[in-house]
Amino acid sequence: MRYLYYPGCSAEATGKAYDISTRALMEKLGVELVELDDWNCCGATSYFSVRELDSFAIAARNLAIAQQMGDDELLVICNACYTTLAKANRYMAEDPKVFAAVQGALGAVGRTYDGKVKVRHIMDILINDIGLEEIGRHVTRRLTGLRVAPYYGCQFSRPMGAFDDVQMPTTMDRLFETTGADVITDFDAKTDCCGGMMMLTREDAALRLCHELLVAARQGGADVIVAACPLCEINLEAYQPRVNKAYGTDFNIPVMYFTQLAGLAMGVDPKQLGIDKQVVSCDPVLAAIPA
Amino acid sequence: MPDEKIAVYFCHCGSNIAGKVDVDKVTAWAAEQPNVVVAREYKYMCSDPGQDLIKDDIEKLGVDRVVVAACSPTMHEPTFRKAASDAGLNPYLLQMANVREHCSWVTEDKDEATEKAKRILNAQIHRLPFNEALDPIEVPVNPAVMVVGGGIAGIEAALKLSATGKKVYLVEKQPSIGGHMAMFDKTFPTLDCAACILTPKMSAAGKDPNIELLAYSEVEEIDGYVGNFKVKVRRKARYVNTDTCTGCGACQDACVVRKVPSEFDQGLGKRSAIYIPFPQAVPLRATIDPVNCLTLKGKKCKQPCTTACGPQAIDFDQQDEVLDLEVGAIVMATGFELWDPTPETRYSYGQLDNVITSLEFERISNASGPTGGHIVCKNGEPPKSVAILHCVGSRDENFQEHCSRVCCMYSLKFSHLIKEHLPETDVYECYIDMRAYGKGYEEFYKRLMEEGVHFIRGRAAEVSSVALTPEEEGRLIVKVEDTLLGIVRRVPADMVILSSGLAPAKDAKSVAQTFGFGCSANGFYLERHPKLEPVSTVTDGIFIAGCCQFPKDIPDTVAQAGAAAAGALALVDNATVKVEPTISYIDPEKCCGCHICVGLCPHAAIQCNEEKGVAEVIEAACKGCGVCVAACGSNVPQQRGYLDQQIFAEIEGAMAV
Repeated sequence: MRYLYYPGCSAEATGKAYDISTRALMEKLGVELVELDDWNCCGATSYFSVRELDSFAIAARNLAIAQQMGDDELLVICNACYTTLAKANRYMAEDPKVFAAVQGALGAVGRTYDGKVKVRHIMDILINDIGLEEIGRHVTRRLTGLRVAPYYGCQFSRPMGAFDDVQMPTTMDRLFETTGADVITDFDAKTDCCGGMMMLTREDAALRLCHELLVAARQGGADVIVAACPLCEINLEAYQPRVNKAYGTDFNIPVMYFTQLAGLAMGVDPKQLGIDKQVVSCDPVLAAIPA
Repeated sequence: MPDEKIAVYFCHCGSNIAGKVDVDKVTAWAAEQPNVVVAREYKYMCSDPGQDLIKDDIEKLGVDRVVVAACSPTMHEPTFRKAASDAGLNPYLLQMANVREHCSWVTEDKDEATEKAKRILNAQIHRLPFNEALDPIEVPVNPAVMVVGGGIAGIEAALKLSATGKKVYLVEKQPSIGGHMAMFDKTFPTLDCAACILTPKMSAAGKDPNIELLAYSEVEEIDGYVGNFKVKVRRKARYVNTDTCTGCGACQDACVVRKVPSEFDQGLGKRSAIYIPFPQAVPLRATIDPVNCLTLKGKKCKQPCTTACGPQAIDFDQQDEVLDLEVGAIVMATGFELWDPTPETRYSYGQLDNVITSLEFERISNASGPTGGHIVCKNGEPPKSVAILHCVGSRDENFQEHCSRVCCMYSLKFSHLIKEHLPETDVYECYIDMRAYGKGYEEFYKRLMEEGVHFIRGRAAEVSSVALTPEEEGRLIVKVEDTLLGIVRRVPADMVILSSGLAPAKDAKSVAQTFGFGCSANGFYLERHPKLEPVSTVTDGIFIAGCCQFPKDIPDTVAQAGAAAAGALALVDNATVKVEPTISYIDPEKCCGCHICVGLCPHAAIQCNEEKGVAEVIEAACKGCGVCVAACGSNVPQQRGYLDQQIFAEIEGAMAV
């Protein structure tokens, strides 16, 4: 198995651990990842609001390169990249004017794109291509007794819901049930927003959202929250002290990328998964996993 | 080509057609076509002056073929054929060219629309010389009427029809008639007790000598045509002799299987395996549910029901019965289903306790319901705060686009009932728009505002169990944007009522197919015309009433039921009805007697004449579907009005422009 891989900007900075744990996990599963040549920022969520058409061109450049590399699928790990790239595809397919404008922009840099590269979330590939049965075969350190809060974030399945339920996704639940973890399947806040970029512009609003999420995780008895997006992960993890200050709470809940925790269950070395890069110490999680 | 005198009339339909099609150009072009002796355009051909144009030309110019280029033939073909007929021309020598639905309404470019109109028109100009004069077939009408569905719509239609002395078969699939209305506590806006106004009608329908009540029965098959429908009705075995059962209820008290969720109580209450669904049931007879009855499941049971039954009415050997009924008209009143809010996962229905549907609340607030009419949560305590969420599954592209029309008002009714039972309880209504459109509705809304209900304008985002403050602990939290205040609110509630929309019955599509009509895009039965024939269907003789057509309140349902009954009566009160002569015929000289058509005919309208060794069409049974025409290897069966040469001429005409 081989996939063309788009890490996204965060994966080179705050979300480095997401990138390295993805590579380590896929290697463990015998899946080859080939990084997309000369990829650029997807445009993220903010660009759409400012210059919509340009944002499609920026996103489509990545897809054009994928097509040029002879691939018809692109594996994406970040929820925002996933939604943004897929959105460019959707708008190109639905609106001939967008299609023509994007073609024009790509043409100016000597590229072309037919709109047919399928953007796929890593979870989609794990569940639907590799399959839970195969994943289960690689689990060597069962996460028995570990209470996991599966946090999908708002852009995991919304708005398109290509591979999971739009409002109530369950793929991550099923993945961790396969590892033997005690998954909080009724985790009420699983698709609530973490505040996203608001953390930089309206910190009070973002902290309020993070506070709600952390309360929900604690109410569910979470030992660890697992995330599928670099922004969700950093907001929920690194801002716990500020949440505590604003709300008089004492949160210190480990937050990990789901690829990290899945990697641990498959016996991958914590260092290879970037566990040491986490802000909130993951030692209690590591200690809870039987050797 | 025969030498015919064709007249062409091109209708503007106001700007409906003339706004896209260059009417003058097409009319001038039509006048030049072979056999066309006159071509005229007119603003509204369906008006009296428009029809007079046709009549005058037939009488004065000796026109013997007419084409009217206007709307769909389902709209005005009868109008124009009548006009032709009045002027002495056989109506089947008139053809419609549909340049509205097929052209002006669906073509953006004016030049393209004009060219397309020419082709559509030319197809009919070419066809007309091959048209034959046909005479409608007159058939006798069976005066009986079947009403399918025993809710308020069906009951009302049946009673109205019975009042005219007609025989009525009232078919209901549940053990009792009454439908959804029987489950309600009060009705908006008058707050009449639903049972008090419904049960007299139920009881009247049950006792009426003209009404044959077929409860616990379902239509299996239908055949025939207007005035002469043949319907197979399966009367399901109740395992109780309905002639001797007195409805005393001793059997259900004796039954050992007591924990079957009661359908009538929306699963909130329990019933026995042998049961009477509710105290006012009509017919008041017991029914054994074979899924839960130990004896019928082949398990050991001492059968205390048999012991308890005085008249010895229980009969475990009873079988389903299939009745063959003949009726002249059918009224479909098959109702709706409450939209199941499970897929709207953010409202946590089925996930969190005390999130209930509107129909569940109807039962909770009903004195004969599972809580004896006490408004209480699952733990038996009255709620201190109730949130009512509007538009669940309605006005939502993800589920149902339509507005269900009744939810705003029933939600207001709920608020009133809660305030009446529990004056200290806070009630929150989260609404998008308050649609209080009916008689007395706006006044009712105003009354509720004065009763201290909190109205929050905003669709609820989520029902959550995550408490952020001590006051929220252990409660349901409704997150909602109050769009009037511009803030996000968290409303703590002990009970959340989901005002679910009305959905078409799950089997609506297949039922509609069985009866030969269709469904609208939203899944409800399709009426023949949304404004002018709201209770007719495209199948002559079949009418629709109530929520099977579209969500509506009780007053509208009753009015529509009356209209459907009148429609049926206007048909069955005649001794005969004229049916379309466009049926197939088989030339005995050409038929080789292979009989392939006999087996294929879906209406058993072709029989073998053994003596002559040929197939013969039974005219009264043929529906003109054309299956035999297409199936015959020797091309012998032909359908009148759709002869091969007529169809080919149409194609040639359309291609010739």
